[in-house]
Amino acid sequence: MIRALVLLIFLAVPLAAAFAISDPAEMLPDPKAEARAEAIGRQLRCLVCQNESIEDSGADLARDLRHIVRQHVAAGETNKEIIAWMVARYGDFVRLRPPFEPLTWLLWASPALALVAGAVIVAFALREKRPPPAPLSAAEQRKLKDVLKS
Amino acid sequence: MSAAPPARGLSRRALLGIPLAAAAAAGAGFYALLRRMEAGHYDPHAVDNPLVGQAIPDFAPLPAQDPASIGFGSADLRAALHATGRPILVNFFASWCVPCRIEHPQLMAMTGAGIAIWGIAYKDQAADAAKLLGEEGNPYARLARDENGRVSIDWGLYGVPETFLIDRAGIIRGHWAGPLAPETVRDEVSPLLRKYA
Amino acid sequence: MIPELGHFALALAVVIAAAQAVLPLIGAARRDAALMASAPSLAFGQFLALALAFGALLWSSVVSDFSVYNIAENSQSLKPLLYKITGVWGDHEGSILLWCLILALCGAAVGAFGRALPAAVRARVIGVLGATSAGFVLFSLTVSNPFVRLWPPPWEGQGMNPLLEDPGLAFHPPILYAGYVGFSIPFAFALAALIEGRVDAAWGRWVRPWALAAWAFLTGGIALGSWWSYYVLGWGGYWFWDPVENASLLPWLAGTALVHSAIVVEKRDALKIWTVLLAIGTFSLSLCGTFLVRSGILNSVHAFANDPARGVFILVLLALVIGTALALFAWRAPRLLPTGIFAPLSREGALVLNNILLCSIAAVVFTGTTYPLFAQLLAGAQISVGAPFFNAAVLPLAIPLFVVMVIGPMLSWKRAALAPALIRLWWVALAALAVGVFATFHTAIFPALGFAASVWLILGAFVDIIARIRLFRLPLATSLARLGGIPLAAWGGAIAHAGMGITVAGIAGMAIAEHRIVAIAAGETVDLGGYRWTLEDLRDAPGPNYSARLADIRVTRDGRVIAVMSPGRRSYPLQRTTTTETAIRTNLLRDLYAVLGEERDGKAVLRLHVNYLAPWIWLGALVMAAGGGLSLADRRLRIGAPLRRAAAPVVAA
Repeated sequence: MIRALVLLIFLAVPLAAAFAISDPAEMLPDPKAEARAEAIGRQLRCLVCQNESIEDSGADLARDLRHIVRQHVAAGETNKEIIAWMVARYGDFVRLRPPFEPLTWLLWASPALALVAGAVIVAFALREKRPPPAPLSAAEQRKLKDVLKS
Repeated sequence: MSAAPPARGLSRRALLGIPLAAAAAAGAGFYALLRRMEAGHYDPHAVDNPLVGQAIPDFAPLPAQDPASIGFGSADLRAALHATGRPILVNFFASWCVPCRIEHPQLMAMTGAGIAIWGIAYKDQAADAAKLLGEEGNPYARLARDENGRVSIDWGLYGVPETFLIDRAGIIRGHWAGPLAPETVRDEVSPLLRKYA
Repeated sequence: MIPELGHFALALAVVIAAAQAVLPLIGAARRDAALMASAPSLAFGQFLALALAFGALLWSSVVSDFSVYNIAENSQSLKPLLYKITGVWGDHEGSILLWCLILALCGAAVGAFGRALPAAVRARVIGVLGATSAGFVLFSLTVSNPFVRLWPPPWEGQGMNPLLEDPGLAFHPPILYAGYVGFSIPFAFALAALIEGRVDAAWGRWVRPWALAAWAFLTGGIALGSWWSYYVLGWGGYWFWDPVENASLLPWLAGTALVHSAIVVEKRDALKIWTVLLAIGTFSLSLCGTFLVRSGILNSVHAFANDPARGVFILVLLALVIGTALALFAWRAPRLLPTGIFAPLSREGALVLNNILLCSIAAVVFTGTTYPLFAQLLAGAQISVGAPFFNAAVLPLAIPLFVVMVIGPMLSWKRAALAPALIRLWWVALAALAVGVFATFHTAIFPALGFAASVWLILGAFVDIIARIRLFRLPLATSLARLGGIPLAAWGGAIAHAGMGITVAGIAGMAIAEHRIVAIAAGETVDLGGYRWTLEDLRDAPGPNYSARLADIRVTRDGRVIAVMSPGRRSYPLQRTTTTETAIRTNLLRDLYAVLGEERDGKAVLRLHVNYLAPWIWLGALVMAAGGGLSLADRRLRIGAPLRRAAAPVVAA
């Protein structure tokens, strides 16, 4: 019930927000700064539309956040500072690239762990002694004879 | 190959049992999440507000939403908390927001019970808000206007309505996103209000 | 009346599927020839019953029978006929029915093409498919019934989500499901082998064609989905690492590993336990891909009707299917004794490395997709894992995979030397390096790596063929004559690997795409990527069930008209939604891509892209799927062909 109601708030966000276009007026005049702002925006999650970055989303809040990112970039803040500003308000949830901290150690280690697991399985398989092939059963002996004869 | 001899070694057997164990663990996890989702404890779309347990964000006084109300800033909020020594609820809403109307009776009931509710209208038209409050009653002791939504973002707002509970020291003690249901008021808001009264 | 008929056929299908699950398995256990022989007929029967049910739903949709709840919810009388047909699988209930239909088709296909299989194997495979089918058809009949009636029937249906009214998406589900569900056959073969307690080279030979066919469909399905999001969503992106997309990528990765490890089983009688596990794992991931995304647990942009009660049913069903299979694996696999011996440096060694890398990528994608859930469950913490993580974590595994993909086919079976392979490949490596270094002067490191990898993969596939015909080592005529002697499976492999190279080039090209967002009035011009884009006109255009606003854009280069394109916006009054209609003009080397945004004060907001090599992403996928199809056509692999030999219990080497 609560869930359904929470979804009601975002009636304007159907399958996918079709207008991922922002107003060109809010883009920074300096292309380098704009590119930096976009790179930061791509790391920040749009909170109301789920799984899109604020750069991809047409939601109203995403537009506001894009605007804020650009203001901070124009003010000369570092990427780290801007992301920290967002995290202070929306928590780590807002970061599409999760921070490296105890909670996410396992996540960031997953490529290495997977490779190690693969190596362990291979080592295990290579270590195993292979039994000599089982002797043929009487029926198989007969069949073999048939095959060889023909 | 004739009938295979029994497997040698416990470790081999254990290794081949890992997939089953992993799948079982994942399945149990998914089941737990589904049950929580059914019970309403888990919502994949909800965002926890990191401000809970922290002081309210500073913000310059916001103007009044309409001529009949009084605007406020963080200093006013702190002063009022200090003066009354009782917690205050800060409610973000908008007249264009449908779920806000669903929670409106709960807000009215709480105001009726003597609880202080301060409102911030999020990106709302003065006339629309006045009309809504005129029709359905005004639960807000003070009602400020956040026209461009920037103060709301400082509060970590991601939709309306959202409600915050501030204790007398100015620390945020509770946060609810989405309309307050009567059960939420009874089971969550009221106990917290009593705790910090 | 027709819907009731469909409803009845659906119920009948459950009964037949249950019989298909029980009788052949009992027959195989008791060596009862008559019971085993019942398997194909039951599989055909189940398929016919489901085809009837599906036909009934199709009919109800085409005649707009709004007394059927499902059709009232998702259709409308004005909808074009094509979408009335394809709309049947556009929603949850209909797509589940389609899923069941394809599963039944798999059983029937084993019945039809598996005549030369040993009777017990065929009976067990069809029995396992029947058991799986029974569960899912029951799911359709009970909690996802498409034939539920509505009284009184509404005059008009609700209409379907306009985003789905698109030819690309219309055929996406059948192709994707053919891939997902196709992996049920290797799964059934794996369980049959576990029940029987034996896996041999013949088993590898039976499984591979089915796995290849499913893999080719899944490749096509994923590509179609990605293409759809590229041209419909209008974000200029093609892959978002969304949980729903990841859910389709996981079985693809596992399936790719399966297709390769089955070769080792077939040729070297090794890697058997692993391949059985992969066959189980691939279908399990397919099941998760189709069903877990519908439970509403995962946080996705792709909305499906979320219903936790339905989710619990799904979870129980998945637990039964996957749990039974893995329990059987844990119990029986220890009896499968390893027989194959191999040196690390050999073709099979390279295939093992390929499997490790593919499965590691799958593990990373799985971890990343589910990590937020488990962080929430176990630590109560909210985190997001999005595209930046996946890009960073997958790339270090993909690069070695690309390296192995080219070197592996150059190695011989059993024991190989690295030097001859490297000698053949030195100029490929040099070319890749040159392209990579050249690219770093112009772009960032990631696209440069991509271009280098793509050159390496495409030329590497070429060298594979050259090496097989011993070009320049034998007289030219002899070499060319050898071309015809290359087995189709080898052609298929080389082509599929080149296809991967083409896709990688497209991905790298997209990484250097240029875009610009502008607000201009009619008559104004902007420059992007060496092209002049002129907004000629803004106009209204009515459609059958929508109204559209179009922007006519003329694109010129050096005064020459390159393209005239009309991106637009459609609003559908019935569904109260608006969609963007992206305009794309391609010359295969780059896409001109334009999206119309809002209009303000006579100015239209336009998002313009020049996407270099974009079509190669999907072209490469098509080439990969075609390579899979070609391997499938190999006489040695043709589904019935090897079976005469396999019927003898002598282990084929």
